[in-house]
Parts: sequence; C-alpha cells; structure tokens
Amino acid sequence: MEKLISEFSIGLFFWQSMIFIGLLFLLRKYAWGPILSAVNQRETSIKDALASAEAARTEMESLQSDNQRILKEARAEKEALLKEAHSTRADLINTAKEEAQAEADKILTQVQEAIQNEKRAAINELREQVGSIAMDIAEKVLQKELENKDKQVQLIDQLIQDSDLK
Amino acid sequence: MPSALNKFILFSVLLAALFSAPHNLYAKDSETPKDLKTEIKEYISHHLEDAYDFRLFSYTNDQGKHVYIGIPLPVILWDEGLQTFSSTKLHHGEEVAHVGSNYYKLEHGKIYKTDEVGTINYDESHHATNIAPLDLSITKGVVSMLLIAFLMFWLFTSLAKTYAANGGVPAGVGRFFEPIVLYIRDDIARPNIGEKKYMKYMNFLLTVFFFVWFLNLLGLTPLGVNVTGNIAVTFGLALLTFLITNFTGTKDYWLHLFDPLGSSMKWYAKIPLYIILIPIEVLGIFIKPFSLLIRLYANMQAGHIVLMSLIGLMFIFKSWLGSPLSFGLAFAISLIELLVALLQAYIFTMLSALYFGFAAEEHEHH
Repeated sequence: MEKLISEFSIGLFFWQSMIFIGLLFLLRKYAWGPILSAVNQRETSIKDALASAEAARTEMESLQSDNQRILKEARAEKEALLKEAHSTRADLINTAKEEAQAEADKILTQVQEAIQNEKRAAINELREQVGSIAMDIAEKVLQKELENKDKQVQLIDQLIQDSDLK
Repeated sequence: MPSALNKFILFSVLLAALFSAPHNLYAKDSETPKDLKTEIKEYISHHLEDAYDFRLFSYTNDQGKHVYIGIPLPVILWDEGLQTFSSTKLHHGEEVAHVGSNYYKLEHGKIYKTDEVGTINYDESHHATNIAPLDLSITKGVVSMLLIAFLMFWLFTSLAKTYAANGGVPAGVGRFFEPIVLYIRDDIARPNIGEKKYMKYMNFLLTVFFFVWFLNLLGLTPLGVNVTGNIAVTFGLALLTFLITNFTGTKDYWLHLFDPLGSSMKWYAKIPLYIILIPIEVLGIFIKPFSLLIRLYANMQAGHIVLMSLIGLMFIFKSWLGSPLSFGLAFAISLIELLVALLQAYIFTMLSALYFGFAAEEHEHH
C-alpha cells in the first residue's frame, strides 16, 4: 500500500483526467453521438422496412383472397347472365312464334274472306250473265216459236190448259 | 506518401525497440557492476514505472558511458512558479538539471529539488527527504495517452463520418469497430442500466472501454509503455466511475444506501441493524470503484512483470534448451496478454455499467 502511494504520480493523474475528460466530450460530440444516432436510425429503418414488408404481405394476401372472391362472383354472374339470356331467347322465340301464328291466322282469314267475297261476286256475276243469256235464249226461242199465228194460238191454248184454268 | 513514410518510421522504431531491449540489459550501470539477475530485476521495475522521456533503446559506448536513444519530453514543475525544461537536462538521473536558479535531480523515478551538486538526503527507511515539487511533466505515459486519444478521436470520428457518406452503413475499419460499439450498447449498457437510462452512460462506457483496451494493447508493443498498469491512471478512471455513479444516483439509490430494509421493519427494530448495515453500505460505494482501479492496475502490472521476466530468463539461461523454452513461454504469455488486454477493458466497462445500473435504478413504488 505504501509502495502504491509512493508510486502515485499526481502529474500523471492530472494529465490522465484532462485527456480522458477531453476525449469524453470530444467523442461525445463528434463520434459516439453521430454513431449511436446513425445506428439507431438504421435499426428503426430496418424495423420499419420489416413491418411494412409484413403489412405488404398481408395486404397481398387479402388482395389475393379478394381476387378469388371477385373471380367467383364474376363467374356466378356470368352463369346467371347466360341462363337469363337462354330464357330470354326461348321467350323471344316463343312470342315470335305466337305472333307469327296469329298474324298468319289473321292473314288466312282475311284471304278466306276475300276469296269468299270474290266467289260471291263471281257467282252473282255468273248468275246475272246466265240470266241474261237465258233471257236472250228465251227471247230468241219465243221469237222463233211465235213467228206464226197458229203456233201462238196453240201455245196460248196449251198454256191455258197447263194453268188449269178449268 | 506521408502515410507510407510514417509507417516506415513507425516500423523502424518498433523494430529498433524490439532488438534493442536486450542491449539495455547488459548496459545498465557501469560504475557498480551488478549480476544479471539484479540487472533484469531493475530493468523490469524501471520499465513498469513512468518515464520522463520516450526511450526507444540505450547502449553503452566504448567509453563505458550510457547512450540513450529516444524522444526527450518536456518536464513541467510547479516550484514557486512554473518551471519547464527538456527531459534531456535530467540526463536520466546521472546529472543535476540546472533550471533558472533551481537544481533538480531525478532519483528513483522522481524529481527532487537539490543543491548545486545534487545531494539527496535520505531518512532511515531510505526515502529521499528533499522537496519534491509538484510535477506535471508530459511523461511517457502522458504521451501514450495522448497518442491513444488522438487515435481514438481519428478512428471514431471517421467511423461517424462513414455513416453519413455511406447511407448508414459503416465502411472500412468501422466494420470491425461497429459490432464492438453495438456489443457495449446491447450486452453491457442495456441489460445492466436499463432501457430508459442507458443512453446517458454510453459516452463514458464506450470511451473507457476503447481507452483501456487500446492502452492495454499499446503496452504489449515493444514500445513498452505501461499506462494502464499505473495506479494513477487506473485511479483516474475509477474516480470518474465513482463520481458518475454518485452524481447520477436516483432517490432510490440513496434510499437503498441509507435505508436498505425499507418499510419491511419497524424503525426501532432497524436502529441496531443500521449501526452495522449503513457503514457497510457506505463503505461499499468506495470499495466498488477501488476494486476497479486495483483490478486493472494489478492485472496489467502482473502481465508486464511476467512477460518481461520470461524475456529476461532467456538471458539468464543462455542455453539451447532454456532460451527457446522461455521464448516459447513468453510468446504464449503474450497471446494470453492479448486476451487479458481485451478482458480487462471489458471487465472495467462491465462493472462500471453495473454500478451505474445501481445508481440509475428506480423501484416501482406500491
């Protein structure tokens, strides 16, 4: 112990304290401060990057599931649309058929009516023509029959006889 | 180019120091020839002490005079005014330095005020009774610390700069030091001090760790500086730990010190216990940093003694078997010392953090 005390150099202690405290302040300002803050910054940025990567991953997953869902929905919608289109087509065909039938029927009746009318008109005309021809023939026959007096009297007699004026 | 030149100079100095150490062993004292063992012993104890010049090597010339090769350092004394002179004037204790109207002489590593011829008076226990003026010299140890301080400043400011330049990623030598910085933060400061307050102590912990580690490592170089094995240095470091611990102490820390049992016991029951407990607790706050300073000092001192003794053994054995054996041992010890250098820095930092943790603790009050 005595040796230690006699060995103790106040000068060395003084300079050691000066140098060390000076170094402490200088390094705090120019080295440890910037180093520790840089390291801290780096660490927080790494942490942030990891967290954001994780967030991106979960977002990606949710997006994927969303996509799946949307795809499913789209498929279902497509099927529904197709079904609807099918039924619409059938409906359309049916109504078209019915309408066509009705139209055809209508036209048919109209045609039949027209034919009937024409027929009637033709019959009438025929009748008139036959009448006039008969009249003509009758006229000519009568003329021929009644060319002489005898025949006239004879006819009148016959007619009287036929008419049963007895 | 300057860096290459610097490297070359540094390398030559290291080499010179490495190969010159044995010379010193033979050429210590010409006046009174001593045997080799005493010489080695003196050399080691001399090495462990601080020095007034940065000696690289010395030899004895043909005239039997010592020639010292090294860098002289300024001697600063406070003796009725500031006295500054170069350490060359001391002539390694062989001559009296004449400064102004005063005379100084180096005796056993200390500067004493003497008369013109350099008389040193001793008391019966062989202690010099001359006046020793207040000595604030820039010694070898101070130069080493300055060197390490500049190295650390350069190293860590450049590390800090690479973050800005490199987008938050260290470059170059920073890749080696950043994990250590992070280790101190995550495995020393955070678990011992706590998440809330650790930032406040990080400056000290980081600085003390690298300061001690680098000085320990510098002690292993052939330059042979023994700074962390000097009680004044470890005292200075431990004193700071002590001051920081007690100045940042929370209410709970002091409460724990002076009322360790709290409300678990009635006040009249506590009195007899506290007569014993409180002095122990108060003693504890001094013992803790004291253990820090002794541990670091003793470990580094012991390492240097063992290593230098083993190197000295080579010159005692002088045989084909013994010298390589002691060389091998010295090499192995060097490797262990490399580990000890790191370990002691770690322990000092770790225990400081632990003490700060005591000071910063805050109990949840129910």
